Amino acid sequence: MRLSRIQLTDFRSYSDLRIDLPPGMTTLLGANGAGKTNIVEAIRYLGTLSSHRVSTDASLVRAGESRGSVMGIVEKAGRSLAIEITIVIGGSNSARLNRAPVRPREIAGILRTVVFSPEDIDLVKGEPGGRRRFLDDLCVTLSPVLAGDLADYERVVRQRGALLKALRGKGSETSALEIWDEKLATLGARILRARIEAIRALVPYVSAAYADIDHTGTACSLRYGSSVEVEAAFDSGQARGIEEALLEALAREGPRERERGVCLVGPHRDDVVLSIGDLPARGYASHGESWSAALALRLGTYSLLTATGGPDSGKDGEPVLILDDVFAELDGHRRAALAERASTAQQVVVTAAVKADVPAALGGSVFMVDGGKVTIDG
Amino acid sequence: MYDGAVQDLIDELGHLPGIGPKSAQRIAFHLLSTDPSDVRRLVETIQTVKEKVRFCEVCGNVAEGERCRVCLDPRRSDEVLCVVEEAKDVVAIERTREFRGRYHVLGGAIDPMAGIGPDDLRIKDLIARLGNEAVREVILATDPNIEGEATATYLARILAPLGLRVTRLASGLPVGGDLEYADEVTLGRAFEGRRVVT
Ligand SMILES: Nc1ncnc2c1ncn2[C@@H]1O[C@H](COP(=O)(O)OP(=O)(O)OP(=O)(O)O)[C@@H](O)[C@H]1O
Ligand SMILES: [Mg+2]
Ligand SMILES: [Zn+2]
Repeated sequence: MRLSRIQLTDFRSYSDLRIDLPPGMTTLLGANGAGKTNIVEAIRYLGTLSSHRVSTDASLVRAGESRGSVMGIVEKAGRSLAIEITIVIGGSNSARLNRAPVRPREIAGILRTVVFSPEDIDLVKGEPGGRRRFLDDLCVTLSPVLAGDLADYERVVRQRGALLKALRGKGSETSALEIWDEKLATLGARILRARIEAIRALVPYVSAAYADIDHTGTACSLRYGSSVEVEAAFDSGQARGIEEALLEALAREGPRERERGVCLVGPHRDDVVLSIGDLPARGYASHGESWSAALALRLGTYSLLTATGGPDSGKDGEPVLILDDVFAELDGHRRAALAERASTAQQVVVTAAVKADVPAALGGSVFMVDGGKVTIDG
Repeated sequence: MYDGAVQDLIDELGHLPGIGPKSAQRIAFHLLSTDPSDVRRLVETIQTVKEKVRFCEVCGNVAEGERCRVCLDPRRSDEVLCVVEEAKDVVAIERTREFRGRYHVLGGAIDPMAGIGPDDLRIKDLIARLGNEAVREVILATDPNIEGEATATYLARILAPLGLRVTRLASGLPVGGDLEYADEVTLGRAFEGRRVVT
């Protein structure tokens, strides 16, 4: 798949910007604050309808405006698809596919991106929430139906939490708590199944990517860190196995949940456990190892999506690889490894503040980002 | 802030569902410039509604007397009872002309975040009705969202021992839509809710 044009209207710092992207490698050069990440964010938003920087849409719209939009042209499976999303502050967003109005979720996933950015170090060093989001994003890319389940699950957890809070200290009264237990188990089981499948598909690619980046011979691995033991149930293949494991855990933790008034069981409590050698990455890995692991997660995802192609057509699942300001963070060796992987990709967008940060071997087209405009260099 | 009377009106309008401060202001100024006879008619209509219309003592639907139009209609079947969240859902289902049974309006859905539990809904009345009437099937037509689903599950569970047929509306593809263009979530759920046709 290839993104041949991206157009921003009142999105972040841009009032009106159009870039026709040549095939292959594109580098965006510009000073700090020039608006490079804003373009990256627009591309990612067009694919996932969510920002990797903020959780609410309002800050994506140019200050002072009430709506902003991103349009892109995606070439895939021999077709050219124009997708457009308009963000409306205080209203509902709208979308168009080849100019016809569609519901926003119908364009989600048409454009696939994998973004590697300096914040990704948090995937290794940060809280579990960031790793769950990383995994859920992958699950939704592999199976878009899961987006609905994730939204429903979040709501169930909030409703159940509110009920537990209301019940706190009130002895044995349960008032419909079992209903929420059941919903949590049903939706939770679907999410767990998707996450375990995704992790297992991802593991070989991440390990291979880490081996390419880090030549010390130490291996990197990852596994699903579930708060409830469910992998045995997953492996047994029993239709309701995971659900029953969750229900059992809910019954076991019930008294503690009611005492504390919080929802203690379910995939919202889980983690992705990354290990380097025999030690967990979080809390043990060196700075360089952490960068290698973060990079391996992104490149591994990129390779997995390229290999599987996902639910749509045959193999055109290869995402646009976006490297936002990362070469400056990496040492010479890791830089070279990343540049080598990027050189085999169909389309790559790189951003940097100074040209010297980008390995010369990458080549391709260079654009200058300055004063809300993007111009081709040379 | 505006002078006393205007601000009072804006505040009152702002308490209505779906009306934010901006709309409240717009409506208030619209009323200020409206013909006095039109305003009087609006006021009278609102008063008439409050005086004349109340909730049906049988089903909870809006009614102009003790019982609503549906409960009073002798041609409707007593064997099928459709359970909905709000009176406006009755209107929506009536518009389809598909359903010839009677209704039971719960007055909402189980919603812990809003502090609404089963005891806040008209569930006891429902059980009492099922004990007295000739109902053979209960259709759970609560909203297809988390709260509506939870309410339906709760009802299904407490109705199970009564030995009635309990059904749930299928949620699925919008009519007139193209399968090809249905989004994955809707299509996925339509598959889950599929029925045997032969
Ligand atoms: N909604 C918005 N409206 C107007 N300007 C915005 C909006 N959101 C962000 N900006 C501006 O965009 C600029 C940041 O752009 P961006 O993050 O793309 O910079 P960058 O080129 O990636 O910089 P760096 O090299 O430091 O990462 C800031 O100056 C910020 O004020
Ligand atoms: Mg940046
Ligand atoms: Zn009635």
